[in-house]
Amino acid sequence: MLPKKITLNLFSIILLIALMLSACAPAATPAVNSGDVPETGDTIVIGVYEPMTGSQAAGGQQTMQGVNLAYEQKGTVLGRPIKMVLVDNRSDKAESATAMTRLIEYEKAVAIVGSYGSSNSMAGGEVSEAAGIPVMGCSPTNPLVTEGKQFYFRACFIDPFQGRVMAKYAFEKDIKKIAIIKNISQDYSVGLAAFFRTSWKELTGSEDGIVADVNYQDGDQDFTAQLGAIKDAEAIYAPGYFGDAALLMKQAREMGFKGLFMGSDAWEAPELISIGGSAAEGAVFSSHYSAEAATTAASKPFVDAFTAKYNETPSAMAALGYDAYMLVVDAIERANSADPKAIRDAMAATKDYQGVTGSITINETGDAVKDAVVLEVKDGMFKYLSTVKP
Amino acid sequence: MTFDQFIQNLANGISLGSLYALIAIGYTMVYGILRLINFAHGDIVMLGAYVAFYGVVMFMLPWWVAFPLAIILTAGIGVIIERAAYRPLRSFPRINLFTSAVAVSFLLENLGNVIFGGRPKAFERPAFMDIALQIGEASVLSYTPIIIVTAAILFAILIYIVNRTKVGMAMRALSKDIETTGLMGINTDRIIMFSFMLGSALAAAGGILWAIKFPQINPLMGVMPGLKAFIAAVLGGIGNITGAMLGGFLLGVVEIMIVAFFPDLSGYRDAFAYVILILLLLFRPTGIMGEVQAEKV
Repeated sequence: MLPKKITLNLFSIILLIALMLSACAPAATPAVNSGDVPETGDTIVIGVYEPMTGSQAAGGQQTMQGVNLAYEQKGTVLGRPIKMVLVDNRSDKAESATAMTRLIEYEKAVAIVGSYGSSNSMAGGEVSEAAGIPVMGCSPTNPLVTEGKQFYFRACFIDPFQGRVMAKYAFEKDIKKIAIIKNISQDYSVGLAAFFRTSWKELTGSEDGIVADVNYQDGDQDFTAQLGAIKDAEAIYAPGYFGDAALLMKQAREMGFKGLFMGSDAWEAPELISIGGSAAEGAVFSSHYSAEAATTAASKPFVDAFTAKYNETPSAMAALGYDAYMLVVDAIERANSADPKAIRDAMAATKDYQGVTGSITINETGDAVKDAVVLEVKDGMFKYLSTVKP
Repeated sequence: MTFDQFIQNLANGISLGSLYALIAIGYTMVYGILRLINFAHGDIVMLGAYVAFYGVVMFMLPWWVAFPLAIILTAGIGVIIERAAYRPLRSFPRINLFTSAVAVSFLLENLGNVIFGGRPKAFERPAFMDIALQIGEASVLSYTPIIIVTAAILFAILIYIVNRTKVGMAMRALSKDIETTGLMGINTDRIIMFSFMLGSALAAAGGILWAIKFPQINPLMGVMPGLKAFIAAVLGGIGNITGAMLGGFLLGVVEIMIVAFFPDLSGYRDAFAYVILILLLLFRPTGIMGEVQAEKV
């Protein structure tokens, strides 16, 4: 009897270990993209935290396409090799803080790139701020990401502007009845909805045009009850992530909604079209960049290199990932040092950097002031409509 | 709210509820027999949807082959999990079994992330499920009644198996007392295996119907339905199959109706659904259908 008991005990121990390993697997085994970079003391470590799994995975993976390309093109700085370490934050706030801690304390990163998702970035930002490690955000647009932070910067515009872009679009299209549906678990979504409302009020003088403002939360897949109340609106503004937006559009069309769908930069993922299908057709949203409207001298070579590597045109997320990584390298170069404090100061002083998404100047709040583009889903593709100046 | 809207919400609530009910049955059956809360059950739902997805997309099977095949394969996976992760621990304290269930859940989710990829995939509905039906002002797609009818048929089959067949009788006996049932010459291991098979098959069916209703699948898609179904099972009285069905329907309809009647509360619908759960458990600790069981000695 005894040996059997022991094997069983062993089995349960193995299971326990499996539990622990699997629970932290994505964080514990970062997809280190070290290539043939030698592991020397000279190495400069740049950490990246992005959602590679979970509800925002498409955003994180698109961003990584750009970061990986940038790393391939620029693997050394100050004559020293760069080691890039990616940690998955699993689209989760708590995991983002853990990922940041891991990058700083275990990987000894001197600067960080990330993250897709404002809530992820805000959670990570608390950790980097305390540790005094500079971070270059690629696409987190909520103002709170950099507000009051000395060490958090970003390569993109912020949401007060982005909310205005779509409010203006609706206003110019003479839309009279708009319903807002937002994800109350995401700072990004709540913030954009509020900025949209403010801009709408500025444009029309009242909030009458906003006929409904309803909520959902992370993990919700059924929007029918919310949509039932807002079916009669001429347009729905849904500043949430692509996965929610795709299901929402599908369900709205199934329930007979005939109006226009309007969204924000987190809609830019192939999943919006593959899941949304014909319901997504005609939807318009604001974003950071379109390969069709490339603006700087760096844009063209980037699109060419990207297309050669991935055989697809770069998304805004990929372009911002590329720019964010390059901005970090640029800051290290200008600081002429791998000291986090010096890199931070150089980042803050970034001026007229010619990125692929436009000319980037970091302002006093740590944000880039840039143009926005409006994209439309047409024939199953994202098509460029117009550029909006800040 | 107009009457048409009410009907539309009711249809949505019942179809959501029938999915909760399908999944809740797996929880309740396993709990009834082993006193184990099988936390990996939600991930079986996910596996069912993915197997069906790959059957259609990769092997080009028509849906009427791919879906039943996915149910059978997933039932097999359920049996393997029982054999590998639960049966060896059965004689140990409950907590070991429970920990093992949590481990299996994490394992399946992370395997899903590695094998299927973390990005969501679009699940194609068969064309006949995509026909718009007009009820007055309201419109629902044909998949809504199809989900409800399919679930009803599966419930009928299940109730027949449990109440009218020998293996069902053995399952009921097992839920009263495993050891004594074993002494009566019943192969308890086989009956437990059969319960897992049945539970996983229903979970797979639930997963496929879930993917038809919400045509986006990802490796974590089972977490939320699993949790809700578990709550439905508790609501109905865990261990009681009819209770699980009732609990599922109740939860689905209440969730939808809360948002429909109070759109301002839409972001907090889970909070309100769970307040109802807490109230119910305060006043009726055994759930709707649960019986007060004398502690076994």
